[in-house]
Amino acid sequence: MNNQDLKKICNEVRKDIVTEVHAAKSGHPGGSLSAAEIYTFLYFEEMNIDPEKPLDPKRDRFVLSKGHTSPGYYAVMAERGYFPKEELTTFRKTGSRLQGHPSMRYLEGIDMSSGSLGQGISAAVGMALAAKVNGDDYRVYTLLGDGEIEEGQVWEASMFAAAKNLDNLVVIVDNNNLQIDGTIDTVNSPYPIDKKFEAFNFHVVCADGHDFDSLRAAFKEARETKGQPTAIIAKTVKGKGVSFMENEAAWHGSAPNDEQYATAMADLEKIGEEL
Amino acid sequence: MSDVKKIATRESYGEALAALGEEYKDIVVLDADLAGATKTSVFKKKFPERHFDCGIAEGNMMGIAAGLAAAGKIPFASTFAMFAAGRAFEQVRNSIGYPHLNVKIGATHAGISVGEDGASHQCLEDIGLMRTIPGMVILSPADDTEARLAVRAAVEHDGPVYMRFGRAAVPVLFDENYKFEIGKGVVLKEGTDVSIIANGLCVSGALEAAEKLAEEGINAEVINICTIKPLDEELVVASAKKTGKVVTAEEHNIIGGLGSAVAEVLSEQCPTPMYRIGVRDRFGESGPGGELVKKYELDGEGIYKQVKAFLTK
Repeated sequence: MNNQDLKKICNEVRKDIVTEVHAAKSGHPGGSLSAAEIYTFLYFEEMNIDPEKPLDPKRDRFVLSKGHTSPGYYAVMAERGYFPKEELTTFRKTGSRLQGHPSMRYLEGIDMSSGSLGQGISAAVGMALAAKVNGDDYRVYTLLGDGEIEEGQVWEASMFAAAKNLDNLVVIVDNNNLQIDGTIDTVNSPYPIDKKFEAFNFHVVCADGHDFDSLRAAFKEARETKGQPTAIIAKTVKGKGVSFMENEAAWHGSAPNDEQYATAMADLEKIGEEL
Repeated sequence: MSDVKKIATRESYGEALAALGEEYKDIVVLDADLAGATKTSVFKKKFPERHFDCGIAEGNMMGIAAGLAAAGKIPFASTFAMFAAGRAFEQVRNSIGYPHLNVKIGATHAGISVGEDGASHQCLEDIGLMRTIPGMVILSPADDTEARLAVRAAVEHDGPVYMRFGRAAVPVLFDENYKFEIGKGVVLKEGTDVSIIANGLCVSGALEAAEKLAEEGINAEVINICTIKPLDEELVVASAKKTGKVVTAEEHNIIGGLGSAVAEVLSEQCPTPMYRIGVRDRFGESGPGGELVKKYELDGEGIYKQVKAFLTK
């Protein structure tokens, strides 16, 4: 798919994100918006998946380790055809398949339930290990927040993944530089992120998380890397695309009111028109 | 009972895994630097390509097990009960329990019989922790025979299972005719005066206590409850109705374990005077395992004394 088409889908994903969170009156827009290009590239370009066969044993796997950014996950799944887009407004509501944090028991197509930070990456490592044991050639992708990597389990999992040469694993860090209590360097700095993954024997690629050429090159490099897992450190802007949400920690986990929703959608419509 | 053969249930665990590995090609075993102690080294020797040491990182091990299960394998995550249920509780809850993944947790070195290592390694709260996780099956076998059957049953069960094994050698109580089924308790001795409901290493003590009580004309019923969850409520209630007095015996804190599980069922379905034998809400201590079992009155003599005191109250 060319970049122009990816950009158009990505903008729809962003509209879906704000629509979900607005309808639910809660949820996490900031880190969903920062990862919109990453979600879009994974589900429309990179991963070997088929929404018609969500349980195909040979499919590539995705684990959303930063499970709170489920609005972005659901948005891209709906755009890709895993479930009807109309369902997006049931997000977080009683009886919905779209739980606050993703659950594989509620919605087929979700490869792993997540939400408690630091745990998704371990499950992704387990899936990558299973592929090696079985001789399967599927790949496993997991998306982490940059605040999330403050969890020690992330490094336990990384140590294991590299020690077992899991070159079918790609860890993507959404480096939007913000967590709930502020910028990640002021809360408990995990920087330098690239050096840390390098020290854990990962192949590391730094990318612009909002640029499809950059993401395309990074994922290609990951596929070509043998004998070690790859970490893609994607530099992003939290709240990207919605003027008043960009680089504002307050929009990590709060929903826009009706007026703010109208402004957000106008911002995104404008971006869409320019594409 | 010096002529009785004794085997630690952790040995049974390792042996059973090695035997089942042939039959079930999807079994993989994970350890956290304790393969020698958990006895999964027996499996590792036979199937090195299906054994993975995660190093000293139990939370991550549980997550890896979850991922393996999500991809169709049958992982056995093995470590001490303290670290399996305690340290990794939230990983077990959120990465295994909530998605109801087919992970088997082999928790060895449970209880005070761990001995000299002392309280930091004597897990007395694992059953309580695991019982709060919806869908978790909890097995606490009494001897080598039951432990081996429990491991097989865990493989055949689709869903998470927590298995509790001991470090110390315990008497082999059952022969090859012993029938094991998840969720079913076993009446080892019928009686009419008091029900002694036990599991793990307290089962042999309960049988010994029943013999002593019989010498005094007290006819105790002894029930082995290997499956703490789902509990055999029917059997517990029927026995309580018959005897009118219930004592539980376990190598666990009296809070949260078998005693609590039985009390919950009886208080709702058949209120019955009860006494819980176990470690009475305190931490353990260092000492030879056998001595501690005596000191904490979890052996035949200790159980006998406590049942007697309860009956004469």
